[in-house]
Amino acid sequence: MAEEATPTELITCTIDGMVLQVPKGTRIIDAAAQLGIDILHYCYHAALSAPAQCRMCLVEVEKAPKLMPACVTTVMDGNVIHTQSEKSLKSREGTLEFYLVNHPLDCPVCDQSGECKLQDYVAVEGRAMGRLAEPKRIIGRDDFGGDVLYEGDRCIMCTRCVRFMREVAQDERLGVVARGHRMAIDTFFEEGMEGNIWADNVVDICPVGALVSKDFLHKARSWDLDRTPSICPNCTQGCNVTLQVRDDEVMRLKPRPNEEVNSYWMCDYGRLNYSWINRGGRIEAPLVREGERLVPTSWSDALVRLSELAKGAAGGVSAVVSPFMSNEDLGAARRVIAALGGGEGVFRVERGEEIVLPGFPQLALREDRAANVHGAELLGFTRAGDDKGKGGLQNAAVHGGVVFVMGDELADAPADFGTGASLFIYVGHVLSPAARNAHFVLPATTFAEMEGSFTNVHHRVQRFWPALHVPAMARPAWQILGVLLAGVRGVDAPATPADAFSLLGELRAEYGELRFSDLGAQGRPLPRLGALAETMGD
Amino acid sequence: MAYPYKHPSETLVLAKYFGDPEARTLAGWEARGGYRALRKALGSQRKEIIDEVKASGLRGRGGAGFPTGVKWSFMPMASGKQHYLLCNADESEPGTFKDRELMRWTPHALIEGCLIGAYAIQASHAYIYIRGEFFEPAQILARAIEEATAGGYLGKDLFGSGFDFEIILHRGSGAYICGEETSLMNSFEGLRATPRLKPPFPAQAGVYGLPTTINNVETLCAVPHILNNGAEWYRQWGTEKSPGTKIFCVSGHVQKPGNYEVPLGFNFREFIYDICGGPLPGRTIKAVIPGGSSVPILRGDELDIGMDYEAMAAAGTMLGCGSVIVMDDTTDIVKQVRRMVDFYAHESCGQCTPCREGTAWGAKILRRIEGGWGTEADLETLLEISDNMAGKTICVLSDACAAPITSSIEKFREDYLALIRRGESLARARTA
Repeated sequence: MAEEATPTELITCTIDGMVLQVPKGTRIIDAAAQLGIDILHYCYHAALSAPAQCRMCLVEVEKAPKLMPACVTTVMDGNVIHTQSEKSLKSREGTLEFYLVNHPLDCPVCDQSGECKLQDYVAVEGRAMGRLAEPKRIIGRDDFGGDVLYEGDRCIMCTRCVRFMREVAQDERLGVVARGHRMAIDTFFEEGMEGNIWADNVVDICPVGALVSKDFLHKARSWDLDRTPSICPNCTQGCNVTLQVRDDEVMRLKPRPNEEVNSYWMCDYGRLNYSWINRGGRIEAPLVREGERLVPTSWSDALVRLSELAKGAAGGVSAVVSPFMSNEDLGAARRVIAALGGGEGVFRVERGEEIVLPGFPQLALREDRAANVHGAELLGFTRAGDDKGKGGLQNAAVHGGVVFVMGDELADAPADFGTGASLFIYVGHVLSPAARNAHFVLPATTFAEMEGSFTNVHHRVQRFWPALHVPAMARPAWQILGVLLAGVRGVDAPATPADAFSLLGELRAEYGELRFSDLGAQGRPLPRLGALAETMGD
Repeated sequence: MAYPYKHPSETLVLAKYFGDPEARTLAGWEARGGYRALRKALGSQRKEIIDEVKASGLRGRGGAGFPTGVKWSFMPMASGKQHYLLCNADESEPGTFKDRELMRWTPHALIEGCLIGAYAIQASHAYIYIRGEFFEPAQILARAIEEATAGGYLGKDLFGSGFDFEIILHRGSGAYICGEETSLMNSFEGLRATPRLKPPFPAQAGVYGLPTTINNVETLCAVPHILNNGAEWYRQWGTEKSPGTKIFCVSGHVQKPGNYEVPLGFNFREFIYDICGGPLPGRTIKAVIPGGSSVPILRGDELDIGMDYEAMAAAGTMLGCGSVIVMDDTTDIVKQVRRMVDFYAHESCGQCTPCREGTAWGAKILRRIEGGWGTEADLETLLEISDNMAGKTICVLSDACAAPITSSIEKFREDYLALIRRGESLARARTA
């Protein structure tokens, strides 16, 4: 039996004239946040220890002899707290002036510009004019290894990065060196941050442009980026991310906080492995085989011709799908396979070593390096091929009935892949040599161009949203296959991703327990029903 | 005798054996009444010792002047945890050299004080964190600890009381900030010497997170005397709120600089002009820093005050650790202040922004004024920087840096203005 919960003692305090009840032990900064009051801070981070050294969050607490740091001071019953009093404002103005004493003010060439806490705070509460007439101290630039570059002059010494490496990555590779205004952040060993796959998180938590990503260096201005909530596609962890896009090109991935999945963090493997999303040379129109040639045509023409052929399909289906496709796509594929006579469906996935984040062990770079391996398995597809995501095509390659390929590029397939098939349908992104053997080539969107969901390693279903424009005539696979099924079986085609999601319940009852609109931006776990509980290992 | 000079107006309690090499040895110290207080302490209740020290009104000699008995009473009584006594021998305040002499001449007094203090707070270990530069005192202290161990004053089950005790001498490696008690603990634990946030206070979570009391050398040296002679005896000197005697370290422009022990509340003018021999021939005293570089400066005509915590506070300064720095009319005050601020800029641990940036910025402005490139507006900037630094940080290093800046601008504004005007006229001459 669970321990009896001790009733939390509530205490009353007043912040900026508003009265609030909070549990005993609540910190001022959190209590203020409940009222929508943002107490400015640099060193404080919800997932790290609080050293109270940036001195930005000092607020006036009546009867206290000094201003108190809101990030470590707990609210006492009857406290009257002023965050906007003359004393608090003057303290912040003075501290912000100190921050600019040695800051180079190189905002025009700084990657952080536009999302910089120093810029923001100085703009709101800093002095209109600086008074510094002295030369600034120079620390310079240091390559920390990995993807991390240190611009020492911009550093405000909040030590978030040092604490992240110590407390969360638990791999102390950063430290503070020297004292006073000569103080700097530095690495201990020659390799620096190289080899730690969590290193780039220090770039995220750096409130200024002191730690920047070499990959993103001078690539885009923050204000030019469009930000779309999404899911990292690069392993089964399903870290919540924001796709940051400029001119229809993903510029970088940033983690999006989700305490159930990835806290504030993500790994460098997932973060830096995005160039494939931007890949050019996409199939832009449905292609239909006419003799030796693949001829572009309209969607209606292609799908009408395909459904006519599909009605007479014989010999069963051999399918190859990709674990980068959404739940809805995979569900639709499963239904198409059934409608065309049934058969086996496989997927191929690259595998690697699992690397756990020690300070938040729910998060790891998982062995399976594709987002929807678990969705594919739940929907009845089986693994094939080796740990490099190659091979395993022997059955499909020579299948005499229907060969159905969705999402898998077939990069390593034999040149005669599918040439013996009575019907070869290829739903995908790029026209590889093997795909040219298909009778129908149907252009599909990637996860970054559509709305949909993935099922992660803990069987949590999480949604993503379209961040990029759809290349020409490409459509989500669930939509293409839905229309195809409508033609073959005369059922209604799903009109929205929510419709497509609701059809999953027919294939796996667990999905039927969730509603697409309830998933929100943070996702929901699949309920544990019968067989699912077994696959989840309990 | 005080050291190196002596004066009949002194009251010698702690400094009685300064300059007497025999007092360093165990036999010599026992012959001078040493370790009597320890035997007495081991025969009393812990609470009795704490009450006696409370009654004596002994205040911490490290600078803050917190009542020692009260500090000891903060230690949990039966916590079941290991307790520690930490002796702060990292005497690094510019102008202070009293603990050095105490350790050089009367190392056994410190050992006895540690033993009594540790017994009172139920600690079985005392750590003496000694400044790395104090090579000779560390040697003497190490030898004394060896002797005391051989003599049965340190070790297991002392005098059959069941009290085990060990003293560990730890040599620091030279940073001013290590003298701040929580930063000293970090340094002692092998961490970066940055002050810790309070709360938790050391009595709750100190060294290795366990209850710790931290006392200054001079404080601990006074404890055996109080136990031997009683609180009333100690209260015969000093004022109601600042009882007892204290060693003052005098440096600078006086005829006889050195350590002198006088009762608290002693007249400051008499102390400087009589005991220290007054200014050098033909000079007048321009300024005096009464308690180490961290306290506000007094003008030469502000000396008719008592040398105790309250009177100094009333005069707008602090007794601090009793480090009297005397400056005569040949002194360039701006240069002195700049050197002090340079020191703080060098020694700031860098943790809190107002201190890290403020100390260095202040030093740069002062250097510019000193070079004749200052303006009157710089003085206002300096005052504002000081105000933005003071009271805004985890420890008081930034307050210590602000004190000489603000007090010197307030009291010696003319000195600053003279430099500024000279610079302005030079600039005019250059452009003419």
